[in-house]
Formats: sequence, C-alpha cells, structure tokens
Amino acid sequence: MAGLTKTNPATALRADITPPRWLLAELTYACPLQCPYCANPIDYAKYQTELSTEDWKRVLTQARKMGAVQLGFSGGEPLSRKDLTELVKHARVLGYYSNLITSGYGLTEEKIIQLKEAGLDHIQVSVQASTRELNDHIAGTASFEHKKEVARLVKKHGYPMVLCVVIHRENIHQMAEILAMAEELGADYLELANTQYYGWAHANRDLLLPTKEQFEQAEAIAQAFKEKVAGKMKIYYVVPDFYEDRPKACMNGWGTTFLTIAPDGVALPCHSARELPGLNCPNVKDFSVEEIWNDSKAFNFFRGIEWMKEPCRSCDEKDKDFGGCHCQAYLLTGDMHNADPVCSKSPNHGVIQQAIDSAARNALSAIEKPLLFRNSKNSRLLS
Amino acid sequence: MTIKPELPVQFSRTHRLQWEDAQQKHVILYPEGMVELNQSSAEILKLCDGTRNLAQIVSELEQKFTTSGLTNDITAFLEVALQNGWINQN
Repeated sequence: MAGLTKTNPATALRADITPPRWLLAELTYACPLQCPYCANPIDYAKYQTELSTEDWKRVLTQARKMGAVQLGFSGGEPLSRKDLTELVKHARVLGYYSNLITSGYGLTEEKIIQLKEAGLDHIQVSVQASTRELNDHIAGTASFEHKKEVARLVKKHGYPMVLCVVIHRENIHQMAEILAMAEELGADYLELANTQYYGWAHANRDLLLPTKEQFEQAEAIAQAFKEKVAGKMKIYYVVPDFYEDRPKACMNGWGTTFLTIAPDGVALPCHSARELPGLNCPNVKDFSVEEIWNDSKAFNFFRGIEWMKEPCRSCDEKDKDFGGCHCQAYLLTGDMHNADPVCSKSPNHGVIQQAIDSAARNALSAIEKPLLFRNSKNSRLLS
Repeated sequence: MTIKPELPVQFSRTHRLQWEDAQQKHVILYPEGMVELNQSSAEILKLCDGTRNLAQIVSELEQKFTTSGLTNDITAFLEVALQNGWINQN
C-alpha cells in the first residue's frame, strides 16, 4: 500500500489546504490514435488494470463532496470505456460540469445523443492538423474526415464545441489554415496548445520543438485571429514555455486545485507526476479521495514553500509561479526540487537552449530521426 | 454589445449556473472555466429565464429586496454578462 506516510507533519496538518476543483478522470490508457506528443507516461503499457465502474463512481462521489466541480473524462480514448454513459450520468446527478476529451474516433451521432441525454456538458475534439495527410500521419490513424464530422455533430446537438489542436514543428506552418478550419466548423472554443514536453513529447522533442521564429510567426497569426473572432470564438492559447523566461504556475500550485486519477486508480497532483521518482502516489482503491488529498505524502510534497531550494526560496516571484513545473525540473535537471529550468534565474537554464539547439540541428540534418509513435509496442520497448 | 430593454434576457444554453455547496456561492460553469458569483449577480442571473426583460428584472429585484434605483447597477452587470456570453437576447 503506497503513499500515506506523513513524513512532514508541518505541511500535512496545515489548515489552508484548499479543496480540489478540477478532476481529471483518465478512464483508460487504450487509444486508437498514436500521437507522438501524448501526455500519457512512456511506460503506460505496464499499467494494465483499470478501475471498475463502481470504483469510478465512488471516486466521483468523494471528490464532488470535497468541492470538485469541473470534470474531464480523458484517457487514452475515454470512448473505449463501455461504462462511459453510466459514469456521465452519475457525474450529472452529483452536479459536475463534465467534459469528454476525445479524439472523436468511433464517436457516432447516436452516442453523441446518448451522452447528451446522460448529462454530458461539452465535448472537446482533437484535430492534429488542417490537412488530411498530416492529420492522419500525426494521429497514426486515418481519422481526419471523421473528426470534422464529429465536430459538426457536437455542434448540431447543442454542446459547446471545443476544438483542440496541439501545435508543434510538424504543423505550426499550418496555423492560418488551422484557424480557418476552426471557423468553418463553428468552434465555440479553440484550444491551441503548444506542445508541453512531457511523456511522449519529451521523447520526441528533437522532432517537435519549433524554432523561436516559427513560434513568433504562428503566435502573431493566432493573435490577429483572436481579435477578429472576439465574441464568437474563445481562444485558449497554451504558451510554449521553452521560449519564456519565467516558468508557468504549474497546476495553479501543487495540490491546490487539480486532481488526476490514472486508469489504474493512482491519484496524481498533475497528469505527468507519475514520472517523478519517490512520490509513491496513493491509489483510490486503498484510500478515500479526502485522505489522499489532505494527508498523502505525494499531495503534500510541493505544497507551500518549505520544499524550495535557491533560487526559488528567496525569489520575490515564488508566490506567483510556485517554482514552476516539477516534472520539467526532473526531466531536464534530474532533480524535481530544482527550479523549473525555464526560469532565467535557474542555474540550469542553459539546458533549455541546448534542447532548442538540438531540435534545430535535427531539423536541418540530412537524416532526421523518425517520430516515435505512442503505441503499446513502443511503450513496452521503452519501459 | 448593449442590453435591448424591450427583449427578454435568456441565460446561455452553453453555460451552467449552479449553487456550489462547498464554496457557498453560485458559479457559472463553461468549458475550461468557472466564474464565482456574488449574491447580487446570482440573483440577477437567476431571473434571466427568457421570459423577463430588463424592466421586469429590475422591478422584481427591487420588490424582493425592498429597495429602489437598481436600474443602473443591473444594466451594467447584464452588459458584462452579455459580453461574456453568459446571457443572450434573441
């Protein structure tokens, strides 16, 4: 049984622990797509067991009781779960505002209607590019036309339609066409998510990270479009933090707002935290959500500022960004207690430029490395 | 975008207004977001059911809270709500 040793009572017993507001329910790691920037862990194939319907219902009930209200059904592809409609129904009765985060693959009009009747609030459909050829290449699956059809059906049945496009070097030149596609499909919200380099994206970084010039051009196009569609379409732009000089306030602060439950029931303070060593994240099969949120070592690990080293500890911006992202610190510096190296005050900030240079070299090289697609075979190979 | 006084005001079908016990307040929920409301904003939005226009909302709230002169405050709030897409008038 993992995770409930209170190694630091000073933080574990603090009265100012805020309750979770957002619950990300990763129902399964199964997915028909193979996107090379997937946020799932590289070694996902070794986590074969999935929570039962009753486990998920209990988790939803417990988290709702604490105050969680925004709920994302994610994965993998959440549509692979046969009990999705039943879980949506349970979530609606509890009063969640629920979101289906899907590739759209296999989603029929009948299912869209069924989920609406069950109480689903919105559907976020991912599209990989503005052309069929590139979309199907990145997704590793022929899916472009169907995704567009799903987007139209989502809209037709009265859901707010959220289109999500992950941006990287392979599709960043299509920014203008991607925006035109969103407009044509009538998206109410468009999430333009510059790739964050965790999981599979970390492994593929040399092939996915654009140059600063590419980012700036694409951002200018997106900015102009945002002004043009103001009042009609809302744009969420996830910034490319490798080109920032201050880190993101990751997860709005560790253990303050976000709770992710992985397919096998492991509770995570952020969906990448599975990659961090020694956190010993607890499982909802062993503990209640309340015990996990309030008392587990994992959720208390980076709460507050006690854990901080320099330059964060004495930094006057530590209440703003909380030291940035611990997963990024771990992946790029080998120590999750370090400041996020995106910060220009970090003594390790040079690793960011090295990553940028390495990606640029790869882009210019005669023999570019192939993309590593996210599938069970590659996952087992790399576990 | 301004409020048309003669038309009824309708809360958006793609947003949800609900009471949150844990927060002891009303909130508006929409994709990727949540707005926490104070009591007076919630009272106004609860009346935006597609049957009442501005004057009717004002008079109902003035009666409920036995006060007068709410027109300007309510209009200003509804214009913010309209700009944010929380309400519409068709």
